[in-house]
Amino acid sequence: MKKTHTLALYSDPDEAANALKDLKSSGISGFRMDDVIIKSPIDHPELSELLGPRPVYIQWFTLLGVLLGPTTGLVLIASAQASFIYQVRGGRPVVPFPPDMVLTYELFILSGVLMTVLSTFVAMKLPGNRSPLYNASVSEDKIGILVKTDPASLPQINEILGRHKPLEIMGDNAR
Amino acid sequence: MSHTVPSHPQMDVQIERKFVPKQKDLGEDVNWAQINKDVLRSLEKPRPAFWIIFFSALALFSFGVYCEVYQYQTGMGVSDLNNPQVWGLYIATFIFWIGMGHSGTLLSALLHIIHADWRKPIYRYSEAMTTFTLMTAALFVLVHMGRLWQFYYVVAYPNERWVWPNFTSPLVWDATAIGTYLTSSLLFLYMGMIPDLAICRDNAKGARRALYKFLSLGWQGTDRQWGNFKVAYMTMACFLMPLAVSVHSIVSTDFAVSQNPGWHVTSFPPYFVLGALYSGCSGIITLFIVLRYVFRFEAYMTQPILNKLIKMTFAIAMVWTYLDLIEYATTWYGSDEVARQDLVYRATGDYALQFWGMIFCAMVMPFTLLIRFVRQNYVVLLIISLILNVGMWLERFQIITPTFAKSHYPWTWTAGWWPSWVQWGIVAGSFGWFTMLFMLYCKIFPSVSMYEVKEMVHEQNMHDKLHGAQAPAHQTALGAIPEMNGGKI
Repeated sequence: MKKTHTLALYSDPDEAANALKDLKSSGISGFRMDDVIIKSPIDHPELSELLGPRPVYIQWFTLLGVLLGPTTGLVLIASAQASFIYQVRGGRPVVPFPPDMVLTYELFILSGVLMTVLSTFVAMKLPGNRSPLYNASVSEDKIGILVKTDPASLPQINEILGRHKPLEIMGDNAR
Repeated sequence: MSHTVPSHPQMDVQIERKFVPKQKDLGEDVNWAQINKDVLRSLEKPRPAFWIIFFSALALFSFGVYCEVYQYQTGMGVSDLNNPQVWGLYIATFIFWIGMGHSGTLLSALLHIIHADWRKPIYRYSEAMTTFTLMTAALFVLVHMGRLWQFYYVVAYPNERWVWPNFTSPLVWDATAIGTYLTSSLLFLYMGMIPDLAICRDNAKGARRALYKFLSLGWQGTDRQWGNFKVAYMTMACFLMPLAVSVHSIVSTDFAVSQNPGWHVTSFPPYFVLGALYSGCSGIITLFIVLRYVFRFEAYMTQPILNKLIKMTFAIAMVWTYLDLIEYATTWYGSDEVARQDLVYRATGDYALQFWGMIFCAMVMPFTLLIRFVRQNYVVLLIISLILNVGMWLERFQIITPTFAKSHYPWTWTAGWWPSWVQWGIVAGSFGWFTMLFMLYCKIFPSVSMYEVKEMVHEQNMHDKLHGAQAPAHQTALGAIPEMNGGKI
């Protein structure tokens, strides 16, 4: 069945929290807290907590970056040094590992940062389109609760959202 | 409220308990909508001083370009760079700009990790400062090269010349470290700006809107985006801390791994890192005062925040002073006679004025920051922050020039060498270039982080809500701990 969306705007974080609590305990058939999204001008961990666990996996990609970057970097540096064996080394090693550690360290940082940024964009689904239902006031001072639901459950959801003094409730047709 | 504390059987001490609320970093009347309005206004209508600064910087930059073109067409001889004075002002100023760039990102990352909220209104422009100073520093590598048209000779790629970089050279480390730092700083700046770019997108019109829409990548401020954003931002801050330390340590190895007198010093890496932090902090103070006035940021760049910045600058200045003195002591009491002669030459020779100028500007002047009048008078503070940076520039000059002027071999001595007007012109142009870029940035992008200032206000309000605005700060089993009352209990 095609889902529909509704967005309620709140000016008070406490009211938004109460709305979320009511939604959580509503027991509406077919409704899951996974279908609720909070849109806000700042991070509200106290509200996000009510949505249940939403794990972040960025750190694993960072780990991958910090493992792959220096390994690849050291291999490239060492192979470049090894391929330039005509250079007179005066008895010093062709591949001197201690000084190579400096560049390896820089590549460790660089690949860690790059992987972090790339994975963040993937996790945040950026670049992306602003949809469904966006109101510019959520980047100013309002908190939006966006719910994706079956059309049949929409009146109940709107009733719960409406209990907690929302400034406005918008539906799909408000896009 | 008063309370009797039995401290001695025969004597009761009366302690007057007076609650003195902690001075808040931001005023009480700052609301979220107002934050957006104020910061967005800075993108539209700055004070006329903005244009004065911008066009002055443009004029300076144009003169620098003229000098560079003249040097390019005539040859490096016009710069008076020669053997052994091969670096001159170009490398001294290169190091100065690299150093200036350190505080922005490093302090932003450090203060973010330790949750020092007062960084929030000032970190954005500090990070921008880092980015533009690094870009300015990179120009000096090209300028110093002279033969710009052969720049590609130094780029490492497989070719018929068999040119491979020497991976054990500090210059290659330098280029890699600075490249890494510039890339990471730019990404850190951009990442932190995405939520604010979305605010700009939601409020702008026309071409600006298109620009912000493109750069904000469709940010909506969802809980999932915030959750990932926070983790990513903290992770990047953790990377940037050691990176920033490594970059200036590596810059110091350009000197320290050589055998030249005055450079072959073990304490050079921390000395350079602290020097970089010091000049960067002074630069942040300068820009704080300029932006506060030009963009009317009085509500966000407040005196309590400035006080914290000044205290930090003073502390860093003292550590740098210690490291500078310890460097002299190591040289003086060491067994290297040439290095000792070099130290004497610096203090009493042809460049004594620059040496003592550095001592005065960078070691003595920080003590003026202890005076309340100086901390609270923005004009005086602006002048002092500029003097501190003049001191730090002189420090770079006197690291390089005296050592080249009087090194190991007497037949290479060039006592009294002085850079030509072309070098001075290019150095002046670099200041114009930096200022121009920085002011343009502040005109196009929000130089105060709107969402983080909102967080600051939110946390301040939450604190007041939980504890009550007038409640005593600490409670113990004995009751309230007496607060400091203007320094007197």
